[in-house]
Amino acid sequence: MAERFASVSEVLDRLRSVDYLSDASIAGVVYLADRLEKPVLVEGPAGVGKTELAKAVAATTGSRLIRLQCYEGLDESKAIYEWNYKKQLLRIQADREHERDWETVESDIFSEQFLLTRPLLEAIRADEPVVLLIDEVDRVEIETEALLLEVLSDFQVSVPELGTIVGKQIPIVFLTSNNTRELSEALKRRCLYLHIDYPDLEREKDIVRVRVPEIDDALAEQVAKVVGTIRNIDLKKAPSISETIDWARTLLYLGRNEITPEVLGESLNVLLKYQTDIAKARKELGVDGPPATTRGR
Amino acid sequence: MTSLAGDATMIDVLQGFVHELREAGLPVSMTENLDAMRAMEHVPFADRDSLKSALGSTLVKNHGHHKVFETVFDVYFSLFGPGINPDGDDAEGGEASEADFEALRAAMDAAGAMGQVSNEELAQMLLNALMNMDEDQMRMLAAAAVARFAGMEPGRPVGGAYYLYRTLRQLDADGLVTKMMNQARDDESIGEGAFDERLAREDFEGRLKVLKEMIEAEIRRRLVADRGVEAMARTLRKPLPEDVDFMHASREEMQQLQRAIYPLTRALAARLAQKRRHRHRGTLDFRQTIRHSMAYGGIPAEPKFKKPRPSKPEIMVVADISGSVASFARFTLQFVYAMQSEFSKVRSWVFIDGIDEVTRFFDEADELAQAIQRVNTEADVVWVDGHSDYGHAFEMWHERHIREVTKKSTVIVLGDARNNYHASQAWVLAEARKRARKLFWLDPEPRGYWDTGDSIVSDYAPHCDGVYECRNLRQLSKFVADVVES
Repeated sequence: MAERFASVSEVLDRLRSVDYLSDASIAGVVYLADRLEKPVLVEGPAGVGKTELAKAVAATTGSRLIRLQCYEGLDESKAIYEWNYKKQLLRIQADREHERDWETVESDIFSEQFLLTRPLLEAIRADEPVVLLIDEVDRVEIETEALLLEVLSDFQVSVPELGTIVGKQIPIVFLTSNNTRELSEALKRRCLYLHIDYPDLEREKDIVRVRVPEIDDALAEQVAKVVGTIRNIDLKKAPSISETIDWARTLLYLGRNEITPEVLGESLNVLLKYQTDIAKARKELGVDGPPATTRGR
Repeated sequence: MTSLAGDATMIDVLQGFVHELREAGLPVSMTENLDAMRAMEHVPFADRDSLKSALGSTLVKNHGHHKVFETVFDVYFSLFGPGINPDGDDAEGGEASEADFEALRAAMDAAGAMGQVSNEELAQMLLNALMNMDEDQMRMLAAAAVARFAGMEPGRPVGGAYYLYRTLRQLDADGLVTKMMNQARDDESIGEGAFDERLAREDFEGRLKVLKEMIEAEIRRRLVADRGVEAMARTLRKPLPEDVDFMHASREEMQQLQRAIYPLTRALAARLAQKRRHRHRGTLDFRQTIRHSMAYGGIPAEPKFKKPRPSKPEIMVVADISGSVASFARFTLQFVYAMQSEFSKVRSWVFIDGIDEVTRFFDEADELAQAIQRVNTEADVVWVDGHSDYGHAFEMWHERHIREVTKKSTVIVLGDARNNYHASQAWVLAEARKRARKLFWLDPEPRGYWDTGDSIVSDYAPHCDGVYECRNLRQLSKFVADVVES
């Protein structure tokens, strides 16, 4: 099949064209995923753009994004396929008068029109190019992970009544994990591994400039600098990239073009969501604004 | 090994590298090995960064291992010059600056590391380079500083850390940030307030870190040139983060551990919560099922179940904080702190020969240091002489709290069971276990030391649902996994 990207730098450029600023390692892994036809397991702290990456790749390759959001208790019938047994029941009942033999009825009700496809099967059966996103895979139980293995390594699904359904094409697959638990070795072995961390100053500045085009260069740099500093404080929840962007927008709405302690003090709650974190950041950064009214835990 | 560079094939290079990784303790499977091989076909060998990212994404699937991977990569591939192509073609282009740099380095070595430049001038040049964040200049000066200050002699059996220390001390690395701050203030490039200062300091510290990494890389390069890859890899080999011993962890390692503990406790919390959702599926709800079957002409197509009543697991941690486990105690407290921020119902006690409940310190504290401070100053844990007495502590605990242990409680005891030859009072544990859901013991000592001297692990062990050696993260994770299974 045709390769989607010709080189690593093309990945970089094309992701940039859909406003996703990657870096060499992200682009490198996406390129390899395309060439080696292997899924990518993306790990990293919350809010660094793991899910966004999948969306951006889908956008730039003109593929449909199929998303499977994982949660505790996710099972086969929600991830792969399910027989529409209500419809099957109705079919059997409607058939009573005709007295057809069981074999006919059986082959009838276990046909494709009674099959409810769920994201994984849908991704495999799709005719058009597809990017499959399996989001927060660490949320499913370790036993459920096994469901994914056949799909991820062979891009096929076995339905006992229908046989094995083999994919028409090999989609780019992203799995994201917030690392709440160690994923199984079997799953990891099948994937390329990508760890996305908070961006460095330059990249964050670029991201802010791309996502908030009205911002001027100096302010974007200041924003990136302050956020970087805040991330180095030991907080419950460090600001994510999306919070950085929100903050930059907030600053513009407030009509600020420079970050002073006062400005930071009045808008810190956009970046930090815990009262204790805000108090701590205020102290660490020497913000002398009026003390927050709702101090404490 | 060292003569590989010229005629090596891709496969040999990769196999040597995988071998080094395995020696360093990273698990690399056969499949991953093959993937790496395929990946190498898609990236130019001379492009070190792409190569590193390709090999990293195929061979290393745990972020904690990445640092080790990077070190091994840098050491191993420093053997192969930037322009060398194992297929024998001439791969040039884009590497010119690197080659220039090599030439410069050679000239520098010949001239005795910028011989004419005095130490003060070198320091000033370095400061300027840092102020302008001129990375090429910094790398060159780092190399010069190493040549001049590290005092490296061929064949000397000293680790890289020693040279790093010498170089940094000579450069007065700790003072550099202050110097940068002063300079910036003179240039008026930073504002007055504490806020601006803080931002600037952060920035400069980051730059200094870059410089330190450059110096480290330079030292490594020289060491490899001197001793060859294999000897080098041996000296560089450090335990993986999950194998660092709690008892002997350095300050920095302790901080890393602290970060690593959170995911573990979160995992413990998440999986205990999950258990209670999936373990007992409720009984059949007959009424609901019949009601629902009306939609399908009376066929009970979809059985309905009663929702199980949520049970709230409670965790009770009883921890020894005496001198013999001092460094473990710090970890213990980190663990308790992390637990308390994840579980709503965690109660904690600390003891030496007396025992005191410290739940409130952890609940009220905003951060770990504060909690530890309060535990150390306010907790009443000394009864007679401040030498551990498990027996007495357990007795006191029994007297005050045994009635609060219920079928919902999981009790975790942390300590080395070194009882100073006092009575064990193991019956307390026996009774606690009878009342509790589970009772576990975590011992920070190697299994081989158990029951030696005044350690009486085996007195307590029969009354526990499990006694675990818990000296590093790997063992702690195993414990967490086991607790969840049981």
